Amino acid sequence: MALTIASREVDGVIILDLNGRITLGEGSVQLRDAIRGLISKGQKNILLNLAEVNYIDSSGLGELVSAFTTAKNQQAEVKLLKLSKKVHDLLQLTKLYTVFDIKDDEAAAIASFK
Amino acid sequence: MESVEQIEAAAEKLAAEAGLDEDDRFHISMAAREAAVNAVLHGNHFDPIRQVTAGFENTGAQLVITVADQGAGLDPAAIPDPLAPDNLLRGSGRGIFLIRSFMDEVHFRQLHPGTELVLIKRLSQPGNHP
Repeated sequence: MALTIASREVDGVIILDLNGRITLGEGSVQLRDAIRGLISKGQKNILLNLAEVNYIDSSGLGELVSAFTTAKNQQAEVKLLKLSKKVHDLLQLTKLYTVFDIKDDEAAAIASFK
Repeated sequence: MESVEQIEAAAEKLAAEAGLDEDDRFHISMAAREAAVNAVLHGNHFDPIRQVTAGFENTGAQLVITVADQGAGLDPAAIPDPLAPDNLLRGSGRGIFLIRSFMDEVHFRQLHPGTELVLIKRLSQPGNHP
């Protein structure tokens, strides 16, 4: 299943609800374009809701890291929300769990940007 | 990219037919996918003339998946450690690490030209269980 991305704004935070796979040739490019589009518009607070993403390959992991560093370089912030078990395990295995600010609760995640 | 999807699906089928649980099936199909991506992207550099070939075998004792490219060759010792602090924020370089994490054995065989990755998952033998 390809990646679909829906965007909404809550209290100045852009939440991207991702659904599907983030892999080379499927979701990676879409995610990159979405993040870069938001940052180019000056958006500083971006929350990636991964609740409906149950598959990320090494390219997808790289894309998440690139989103994080691209945002940081523009004084913006990308945080992750609601990891599935498989994605959680992958982030732990690759030590990326230590890189990202990861939240389980949407309201708490939104509040953490302030 | 079509070959990547085919190799991933074939690995999933091999693991399912061996009766492995969902976690093992996920790990094996993902390792095969990463090997295929590595072959297409880093081995063959998306050159449509160069082929990726794959094999899938259940020997009864283990699952053996081979993925070969026709690229310039790969030196596994030269692959940076993606867990090193200096490499954590790199946008690539985690594929071989994931393959090694998910499989019991990974071997690199130099072809002329190209590289073959041999991925092995050992199967539990009846009687080995307590």
